[in-house]
Amino acid sequence: MSIELRNVSKRFGQIAAVDSVSFGVGEGELVALLGPSGGGKTTVLRMIAGLEQPTDGDILIRGKRVNDVSVQQRNIGFVFQGYALFKTMSVFDNIAFGLKIKKWPAAERTARVEELLALLELQGLAKRFPHQLSGGQRQRVAIARALAPKPSVLLLDEPFGAVDARIRQELRDWLVHLHGELSVTTVFVTHDQEEAMEVSNRIVIFGRGRLEQIGAPREVYEQPSNEFVARFIGVLNVLELRVENGAARLHELSFPTHGVAEGSALRIGFRPYAVQISRDLAEYRYRATLQHVYFLGVLLRLELVTPSGLTIRTRITKDDFVRLGLAEGDSLSFNIREYRVLSRDGDALPPEVAAVHQAPSSYADGI
Amino acid sequence: MDTSSIRTTGSRMRSTRATEDPAWVRGVLIAVSLCFALVFLVLPLLNVFGQALAKGWATALASLTEPDTRSAVVLTLVVAGICVPLNTIFGIAAAWLITRFEFKGKALLTTLIDLPFSVSPVVTGLVYILVFGLRGHLGPWLDERGIQVIFALPGIVLVTLFVTVPFVARELIPLMQTQGSDQEQAAMTLGASGWQTFWHVTLPSIKWGLLYGVILCNARAMGEFGAVSVVSGHISGITDTLPLRIEKLDKEYNAVAAFSIAALLALLALVTLGLKTWLEHRQNRLLDLAQSPPDEH
Repeated sequence: MSIELRNVSKRFGQIAAVDSVSFGVGEGELVALLGPSGGGKTTVLRMIAGLEQPTDGDILIRGKRVNDVSVQQRNIGFVFQGYALFKTMSVFDNIAFGLKIKKWPAAERTARVEELLALLELQGLAKRFPHQLSGGQRQRVAIARALAPKPSVLLLDEPFGAVDARIRQELRDWLVHLHGELSVTTVFVTHDQEEAMEVSNRIVIFGRGRLEQIGAPREVYEQPSNEFVARFIGVLNVLELRVENGAARLHELSFPTHGVAEGSALRIGFRPYAVQISRDLAEYRYRATLQHVYFLGVLLRLELVTPSGLTIRTRITKDDFVRLGLAEGDSLSFNIREYRVLSRDGDALPPEVAAVHQAPSSYADGI
Repeated sequence: MDTSSIRTTGSRMRSTRATEDPAWVRGVLIAVSLCFALVFLVLPLLNVFGQALAKGWATALASLTEPDTRSAVVLTLVVAGICVPLNTIFGIAAAWLITRFEFKGKALLTTLIDLPFSVSPVVTGLVYILVFGLRGHLGPWLDERGIQVIFALPGIVLVTLFVTVPFVARELIPLMQTQGSDQEQAAMTLGASGWQTFWHVTLPSIKWGLLYGVILCNARAMGEFGAVSVVSGHISGITDTLPLRIEKLDKEYNAVAAFSIAALLALLALVTLGLKTWLEHRQNRLLDLAQSPPDEH
């Protein structure tokens, strides 16, 4: 284990910013701390760095308890949200700062800085000052500066927050690329689930100071452990149903009761991709009108409205959209292929239910 | 439809006119301000130099080299030489404390730093007499040990220290607040100790603001009259600082000598102002550069 947290808590006065969190990061892993703002993820990162002291619990780096080790002695590389480059120093001096402090000989220092400038494609910018750089370049200088003294772990706080969308994508690729090359244990904080899914080996999800789930991107997407995670990772349609006459119903939609007593409420959630649609009004069980089409690139987001006014969000590929020949205002039929019963906050989620659509075996039935 | 659109246009035109004064109002305001500045600021200043040079350069220079005046120059330099470094250190420490830490009494400390600005210098002098004077609280005890504070150099230094406390701290606090502590934290994650962080990161980023504060502090330390006048005792050649010397010469109807020294102090003030303006310009330019959107390369 490169980094390990054991029951770590951080309280500011009465408020627990981080509440008894335990997890480990393996050597060479690339892990995302994901959560909404105020979820405690940045506090966790700062505690690993030694910029904050935990109120309770132990933090270990490479098996050694570091609670009482100062920031300076922890040998971590930290990339701040606003980069925090030394604005009175040139790019070269920024990157060389940690080496100078650690008293590297001048020749080795220069060689190391040159190496990092090349690695991060910053050649030719060594004499520039931070205010003469673009956002993406500043970010790369910040990463180079953090990596220069060969830290045992690299910590990044919202590394892609302050740059525009195009550069953000570029930097994501950078981080993955860089991590592949150096395989230094890396932990980064983000509130963007897409970013976390795309970049990391594993995701640690925080909500309200608690660790909600930890797992590979696919795991947390397909098997969220609770409603918070399910809602936070990806888009989730949530329906509030009431059990009446032996089925959980909301207007025209009905689902099995899942053992919930007659008259009580039941909540279910389903991913947009679990909604099947067809132009053939007889193919699926429910009817709806295609209200809006949002173009997202390869995917399109469709908003369906049922005759009773329920809004269902779904996604289809551009190819399918063209194949089906859909247009706003069309009538279509749909079905919810998979859904899950959402339990109370914090409780574990039961597995997804496959609602096998039973096409009428024969239209002659019942004649 | 048509009438309503005309009405909107009309009201917009009126509101444009309302925010812009007619040319004659602007003209009058500019003329009044310029006249005021000329009569009350520029003319007196020119008069100082005019009076000093009324009997020629030689007389003016001779009055500056007169022994009592020379000792006043030395005393003033000694006082500034002690007060400015001490208040620079205090100012940096106080600004660091106030902008980097949360503690009880922070608001009180901030107010205390401003206190010398709000207390009349004469009151400051009297308070020090009350404490260190022979009939004061500490005076007799110090006197027994042969230490004279009031009517001597220590008293002058103490009141000047008090009066010039706010300059450096007041200059640095807003500057360090806007800069935040990110760069310092970054230095620490790279292994820098507190002292290394201060020396390599904090000090370079506040140096222009600091210099500006030091210049203002120095100008006040050399120019302070009220508080020093109360505690100095006006002993010619011993406890007279430059401002006190000017007053004395003026009372003795030695206009040329008085104005020669006044011209010296006025020159100091002009140089200070010039430096201040240049530093402000420089600081603003650096801030602009730091905040300007990065160029794409």
